[in-house]
Amino acid sequence: MNIQIKNGRLIDPKYSIDKVCDVFIAAGKIAAIGAAPPGFAADKVIDATGLVVAPGLIDLAARLREPGYEYMATLESEMEAAVAGGITSLACPPDTEPPLDEPGLVEMLKHRARNLNQAHVYPVGALTTALQGQELTEMAELVDAGCVAFSQADAPLADTRVLHRAMQYAATFGFSVWLRPQDSFLAREGVAHDGEVATRCGLPAIPVCAETIALATMLMLARNTGAKLHICRLSSAAGVEMIRAAKQQGLAVTCDVSMNHVHLSEMDIGFFDPNCHLVPPLRSLRDRAALRAALCDGTVDAICSDHTPVDEDAKQLPFAEAEAGATGLELLLPLVLKWAQQDNFSLSAALAKATLHPAQILGLDAGYLSVGATADVCIFDPVAYWKVESAVLKSQGKNTPFTGFEVQGKVRYTLVDGQIVYQSESPTSHG
Amino acid sequence: MINPQLNKNGELQHLLTTEGLPVQIVRDILDRATNFLDAADGREIKKVPLLHGKSVFNVFFENSTRTRTTFEIAAKRLSADVVNLNIGSSSTSKGETLLDTVDNLCAMHADMFVVRHAQSGAAHFIARYVAPDVHVINAGDGRHAHPTQALLDMFTIRHYKKEFHNLRVAIVGDILHSRVARSQIHALTTLGVPEVRVIAPKTLLPAMVENLGVQVYHDMTQGLRDVDVVLMLRLQNERMQGAALPSAQEYFKCYGLTEEKLAHARPDAIVMHPGPMNRGIEIDSVVADGAHSVILSQVTFGIAVRMAVMSMLAGNS
Repeated sequence: MNIQIKNGRLIDPKYSIDKVCDVFIAAGKIAAIGAAPPGFAADKVIDATGLVVAPGLIDLAARLREPGYEYMATLESEMEAAVAGGITSLACPPDTEPPLDEPGLVEMLKHRARNLNQAHVYPVGALTTALQGQELTEMAELVDAGCVAFSQADAPLADTRVLHRAMQYAATFGFSVWLRPQDSFLAREGVAHDGEVATRCGLPAIPVCAETIALATMLMLARNTGAKLHICRLSSAAGVEMIRAAKQQGLAVTCDVSMNHVHLSEMDIGFFDPNCHLVPPLRSLRDRAALRAALCDGTVDAICSDHTPVDEDAKQLPFAEAEAGATGLELLLPLVLKWAQQDNFSLSAALAKATLHPAQILGLDAGYLSVGATADVCIFDPVAYWKVESAVLKSQGKNTPFTGFEVQGKVRYTLVDGQIVYQSESPTSHG
Repeated sequence: MINPQLNKNGELQHLLTTEGLPVQIVRDILDRATNFLDAADGREIKKVPLLHGKSVFNVFFENSTRTRTTFEIAAKRLSADVVNLNIGSSSTSKGETLLDTVDNLCAMHADMFVVRHAQSGAAHFIARYVAPDVHVINAGDGRHAHPTQALLDMFTIRHYKKEFHNLRVAIVGDILHSRVARSQIHALTTLGVPEVRVIAPKTLLPAMVENLGVQVYHDMTQGLRDVDVVLMLRLQNERMQGAALPSAQEYFKCYGLTEEKLAHARPDAIVMHPGPMNRGIEIDSVVADGAHSVILSQVTFGIAVRMAVMSMLAGNS
């Protein structure tokens, strides 16, 4: 199908393009920008006047809950939520049940996702069998099945020799290792940042050194093994400093932060709001400021949704017993926009944190919009407000600390491989 | 953020924590408790019909005999019907969620819940989900709060010291895991105590505790110097397993309250303890039974203070 996107504000973070022009799509690719290519006949014209035409968002952490946790969410519900949020590619962590540690499971997931014909799904394989931190998975087989990287998700890997070997083995084949830095002993039983709020509320705490000690180990092993290391969900100012120093020393490490940590802090826990029970814990305002500064100066490469749908029963419990996590796919775009506006960051550079940079971390030829690029596109109204409410979220996960927030930025169309996979119900309404 | 324990008229709807409690409400509770004590000797408690026809449910998800009993006595002296439920050994082990339990108890037409739970924030959680005419009293939630204990401690301090504005108070022991300590700190600072100290090893202090308005001491001799009130905390045996302390013996040597250490406090200092005491671990028997100890008065006053809280809540329906 040939599509003409008319009169939209094209944002291409790769070539820093930000101008109003037409975009022409043919055979699933960007065929031309500005003037129609010779002989182009549009089957569909999208009037994008007043809208932003950006690369589809690429989310580095979206739990789809399949296999095993279908009572929390299904592939159908979450893929629908993804495209409604303008997300055209997503990486899913291996913490399913069973974990993604066998090629068959990965193939099944890829197959199910492909049949839904919505966003591209890139499974992250388990680094160790059953995520138990003892034996290595068949990484080469898993890559053949479709895995793009290897991770422990939030499962602990306490044995540093196993971690060393896993990184050596991954480095042998040039596979990426994605790790969330948290010392499992220091974090034991903890549910909140070891600061003012946990002290006031009497919540078992996780100190910042749980992150920095694990991070130091990971950075040291990356230097030692040459493994491609991506650090997931950085949460502290001290962690930011270590990444900054490592990058200055030339280590090819990348890292991401969750959108929750860009906007929230321990203060948001208030009177034990279980929606703020997140992993890693929301830290202090100073930490949040450091994460934002690190996004601006490039120390932090990407923002992800850290989408973790949780069923209602598992959330309606006292803070520590409530299941950690929040829904996020449909909030990633508005929260990136909100951060950009608050920190006076250009739209193009801000969107790069959720498009081009995550594509580079995933090793994908995506996240940009120039001639020849795959036509994964997010067309959104940058000024439309909407209120975050469970009824408007397509995800089966309804819990988010942002419930009740008025956010700006509403997706009108999402295109994957040049096909319209999402169109908002009321494209003309502003509210 | 709205204060979840006040109703829209600013009156006490639930008693969940001493944090953010308006000072006038604290004073009202203490004054009301005084009225429940016999004027003649300040000891005997009268029976009154203030909660006649009301049901008070003692809902204990964590075992406790002493606290539950004092609430039961307080409710009975107010002529309420009292139901004791030890949920710890029934519903949750059968898989019922906390929310189901709360709904079921509301359906039994309780007027007041007295709740104890092992999780911090459980009382706030229950208060959020109860029917609007039900009052919740937190009888201890995890490490978070134990407001009636702190209020009875304030009552005891006022009884012996008359004023708060000229006092130096030290809280000694496991601050990190103590809901009593947190509630005491908020109550003391609310009542205008100018100097609140905490004395503990670093392993038993939470992060940034000084932000609660206290001064931190690690040494008993320095920390007790010239204090008017010593609030001792109970030490749980599991602290030794969690590598927070090497042994009960060493704890007693460094932080146990002995006559020798107490000599650094003011000569008229009072010693308090929320009970049950570990004699020879956090407190020497000689001190516990000595002239400075007001520990048994605390127990008596505890009934009057709990009556005061219950009658105030019932009046705010």
